[in-house]
Amino acid sequence: MIPLIARRIAQGLPTLFLVVTASFFLIRLAPGGPFDLERPLPPAAMENLRRVYGLDQPLVVQYGRYWLSLLRGDLGPSFTFRDLTVTDLFARGLPVSASLGALALVLALVLGLALGSLAALRRGGAADRLVGLAASLGLAVPSFVTAPLLQIVFGLSLAWLPVAGWAGGNPNNLILPVITLALPHAAGIARLTRASLGEVLIQPHIRTQRAMGLSRRRIARHALRGALLPVVATLGPLAAGLMTGSVVVETIFGLPGIGRYFVDGALNRDYTLVMGTVVLVAVLVIVFNLIADLLAAALDPRVRMAA
Amino acid sequence: MSAALAARASRRLTRDRPAMTALATLLGIALACLIGPFLTGHPPERIYPDFVRVGPSLAAHPTEAELRPALTRLAFRMRLSLDDAARDGDRVRLRLSAEKPIDARVLRLLPRSALFGPPTVLDRADDGRTLVVAAPVRKLFFFLGTDTLGRDLLTRCLAAGRVSLLIGLTATLAALLIGVGYGAVSGMAGGRIDALMMRILDILYALPFVFFVIMLLVFFRAGLWLVLVAVAAVEWLDMARIVRTQTLSLKGRDFFRAAVALGSPPGTILVRHAVPNTLGPIIAAATLLVPRVILLESFLSFLGLGVQEPATSWGVLIAEGARALEAAPWMLAAPAGFLVVTLVALNRLGDGLGAALDPLLSRDPR
Repeated sequence: MIPLIARRIAQGLPTLFLVVTASFFLIRLAPGGPFDLERPLPPAAMENLRRVYGLDQPLVVQYGRYWLSLLRGDLGPSFTFRDLTVTDLFARGLPVSASLGALALVLALVLGLALGSLAALRRGGAADRLVGLAASLGLAVPSFVTAPLLQIVFGLSLAWLPVAGWAGGNPNNLILPVITLALPHAAGIARLTRASLGEVLIQPHIRTQRAMGLSRRRIARHALRGALLPVVATLGPLAAGLMTGSVVVETIFGLPGIGRYFVDGALNRDYTLVMGTVVLVAVLVIVFNLIADLLAAALDPRVRMAA
Repeated sequence: MSAALAARASRRLTRDRPAMTALATLLGIALACLIGPFLTGHPPERIYPDFVRVGPSLAAHPTEAELRPALTRLAFRMRLSLDDAARDGDRVRLRLSAEKPIDARVLRLLPRSALFGPPTVLDRADDGRTLVVAAPVRKLFFFLGTDTLGRDLLTRCLAAGRVSLLIGLTATLAALLIGVGYGAVSGMAGGRIDALMMRILDILYALPFVFFVIMLLVFFRAGLWLVLVAVAAVEWLDMARIVRTQTLSLKGRDFFRAAVALGSPPGTILVRHAVPNTLGPIIAAATLLVPRVILLESFLSFLGLGVQEPATSWGVLIAEGARALEAAPWMLAAPAGFLVVTLVALNRLGDGLGAALDPLLSRDPR
């Protein structure tokens, strides 16, 4: 277990280095700066601002300083949200995005595993075809179509649920965004489960179990354990992506998560906010990949032996 | 892929009803997007100020209800008062009057409005202060309705489809070339080089690529070609993996070892033996890549970072539709319908191709 963790972290460090370096220089190459306004600031004021934020230093010095503060866990002050640090912004927005993402992940897993198993166990039947159709629809309908449709149907026509807003985390406000987030991933997991369970079900050890007269239910349980591996393997990036929020869903439903920060930050040349978001995503990808690896090791003795 | 395998695969594919339906749907959509904009009778940028947010219908416009307000507006622009208007079949009879004698040249506004044909003056009265005019009423069709500016939505969807499909195909092709090259070289080289190239791939996999794409598009003025490059740069990784795995498995086969033993140079082996034999899975994977590319492009366009006006894509139209959803739901439904049908068809076709080309199942069921 320990070497597995060590290896993952050793793999993660070059990734993190690459992410920070590439995004740092990419942002600085971009034309424009964080203090560009419709009416330009007086040169003296601009000079002062640049000095305060350390932008007057050579780029390499700024790069070094960014790493130093990053190692201290400091993501720096935001350029557009005055008086707030990037860490403050994340402290506000991350709980919103993460709770939405966690709920969506659970919903996607439950739906996807249930439907995928159903399709694999009834291969070729009506249920299989229905799940197949639903899954390809789920994958094809983008969230920026699902979200307004759900708003119109459940928010305006039926008026069962609020159209948008956060309302301090009121559960009713979470339902539509969570469904929107979960649907495409549920479809993906269902397809994956169907394929991998189908492969496991034709293997010799399942035939043996059937020959020994085990009940269908127990065979299915044995097979599902093996079939979970490919699903678990995709879970790392999926979880990281869901936790860090979705621009589309948070914009359409007006949620105060961190999904908006990246696009807005990039548009406003908010260097530290963009960097902070990228670092956060990269770290979460590494962490969730590690968790997914540990899960895989717990599920499959072969993975444990290899590690 | 040998000729026998290709024949067997195509035989299996033609028996796969969902895949064939998908293929027919795709060909239909592609053909419609290619030639459709010339047949709808409206250029995609043509604005009809009289038909803003018209709902989808099979009936010809202007309808009875639309005729009167359109004529009133026209008379106002001609600085005449409209005393009487009567429709009789596909002609309209107008009685127009003014304080001073009417200069017949103002009647040119009638055909310019796109609603009417060239007018003929039937009668003059009151020293030319009153005119009786007849003009043919044109028939305009907006099968999918019009948008908030009064542009025909069907034409726009089809023109947008060209862009979306073009991006989907070109970016996939680019991703295919990079991925196949990288994967084949890595698999052929083996050993240290392979391990290094795969390690690089692992690192690239962990990069939040979509973020880099967004950065590129925000910072360097999105254009069509930049979107293409950005999308291709993200999507080649899977292809490289697939090709490498295939190449590795080929290396153990007899014909492959024979080629090596006969002293073929590595480049020749790569091009002659490795790449053609991995073609099956590549075709299937590429077919599944096209919908992902189209989806990514529409996501970027939805954020306003992708295709820019006056060009349009399904993502752009969906974004417009989502904004006008309450007033004009068809503006979302029409482009979303095109997008979803295309994506579903591509996914189904990809699945069908994958099954048909799977070498493990290559014996025909008896």
